[in-house]
Amino acid sequence: MENDMKKSNLFYYRKKITSFIMMSLTFIAALAAIIPLVLIFYYTISKGITYLNIDFFVAMPKPVGESGGGMANAIVGTLILIGIGGAIGIPVGIMTGTYLSEFGNNKFGYIVRFLTDVLSGIPSIVVGVVAYTMVVVPMKHFSALAGGIALGILMIPTITRTTEEMIKLVPHSLREAGLALGIPKWKTTLSIVLKTAWKGIATGVLLGLSRAAGETAPLLFTALGNRFWSTSIGQPIASLTVYIYDYAKSPFEDWNQQAWTAALVLILLISLLSLLFRIITRSKYKTN
Amino acid sequence: MEIKISVKNLEAFYGKNKVLHNISIDIPKNKVLAIIGPSGCGKSTFIRCLNRMHEVVGGSIKGEILLDGEDLTKTDPVLLRKRVGMVFQKPNPFPSMSIFDNVAAGLKLNGVRNKKLITPIVEKCLKQSALWDEVKDQLDKSGANISGGQQQRLCIARTLAVDPEVILMDEPASALDPISTTKIEDLIFQLKKDYTIVIVTHNMQQAARVSDYTAFFYMGEIIEFDETNKIFISPSNKQTEDYVRGRFG
Repeated sequence: MENDMKKSNLFYYRKKITSFIMMSLTFIAALAAIIPLVLIFYYTISKGITYLNIDFFVAMPKPVGESGGGMANAIVGTLILIGIGGAIGIPVGIMTGTYLSEFGNNKFGYIVRFLTDVLSGIPSIVVGVVAYTMVVVPMKHFSALAGGIALGILMIPTITRTTEEMIKLVPHSLREAGLALGIPKWKTTLSIVLKTAWKGIATGVLLGLSRAAGETAPLLFTALGNRFWSTSIGQPIASLTVYIYDYAKSPFEDWNQQAWTAALVLILLISLLSLLFRIITRSKYKTN
Repeated sequence: MEIKISVKNLEAFYGKNKVLHNISIDIPKNKVLAIIGPSGCGKSTFIRCLNRMHEVVGGSIKGEILLDGEDLTKTDPVLLRKRVGMVFQKPNPFPSMSIFDNVAAGLKLNGVRNKKLITPIVEKCLKQSALWDEVKDQLDKSGANISGGQQQRLCIARTLAVDPEVILMDEPASALDPISTTKIEDLIFQLKKDYTIVIVTHNMQQAARVSDYTAFFYMGEIIEFDETNKIFISPSNKQTEDYVRGRFG
């Protein structure tokens, strides 16, 4: 009897210790996961803050040898590029996602879903090559349009799959409620299903835009980059990422510093975008 | 007894699986018809044939269903559903809309834009569904933030707003507490003056309380259809008697 008690006590402590060890391991893993993020913030802020001043946002890059200057053209360029990308990627992505979720329960839907997954796995530089062949070659010069198209294509899979998943989360009973009120199917989808899933879809859009804003490779031979002020979509355009790429590998200390600042501004820009989306999609209603 | 819906030799299928066999029944106007029967007997499928929601989930039917003499299986389902409304088992208000917009949804999404027209209808329907006093100060709050019983009455108000002639209710109180259930039952009693109501219920006392007529379904067939009193006091069929006495099901 007493022996049995001892045995069960031993068993109990062993279970407790195992539980503690496993829990600690998950905690350590969670810690390890945030270390890269902390390092990124630490380096970009500590190294980038030196050049972070008004000039950086309003001035143009200075010629080689002169210090100072800013990247006004690159900030505007990045915004224009993701603007063009969004104009392509957001509607196509949301509509494809809606189709897949509401009408895509067939062979065609299966194929589209599969291809979207394949597209999300394609390296961004390959998408850049395609945009080069499709847009740059026929136009005979690099352009913001070509860069925007490349970014738009890259956004499509993220937005499509998020939209599909978010719409699938909308309970079937809401669709039935809409139909039972004599509301046509398309209107039920648009005004009830999409409206209910709107917040989640916006998150997908934000992910797509942020991803695109951080792309460099597909821009190298599409938008190219531009030392001068340009907002024309038919001309080569500057972007923060390409500046980071060029400045970081340059031999000038001054430029290296500015590359850090450009990285910091890019992160700020994406954070700002994220905040903006939060405000726009903020629920009208308090949830309890 | 005036007939609102006349069902003739109705058969319903899910794929090749036949779930309703040769159903024929005359549903009287401005009365409450209760459909009772054990789970899986085809009660819900039957009422979902009446507003053609059965085909939304991939089902098909054979036979005739006459609504005021016109075969509804051949009309446009969208137009039909404005005449034959439905309240579901679980309250399903639109969470992205306010209480007001929930009631107005059927009108707004069908192209009625005139707010002067919508506002009195919303008020009238909320009063009809005995919800007005509880929500009149929070019409702009989300339709999902009220209690389950209130949500179900909101769904009834929403159904009334499109001005249907028939209201189908698929176990409307089965997810609610006794007090909310009583409110819904009182409401059904009020509504039958103006509407023809078909209610599916698992609760036999409820069927006895609210309905004028009762149909007992079993294995996809109508076993007995008669006045509620008759069904519950002296049913003519042995199976019906066993079921209403609680001996099986």
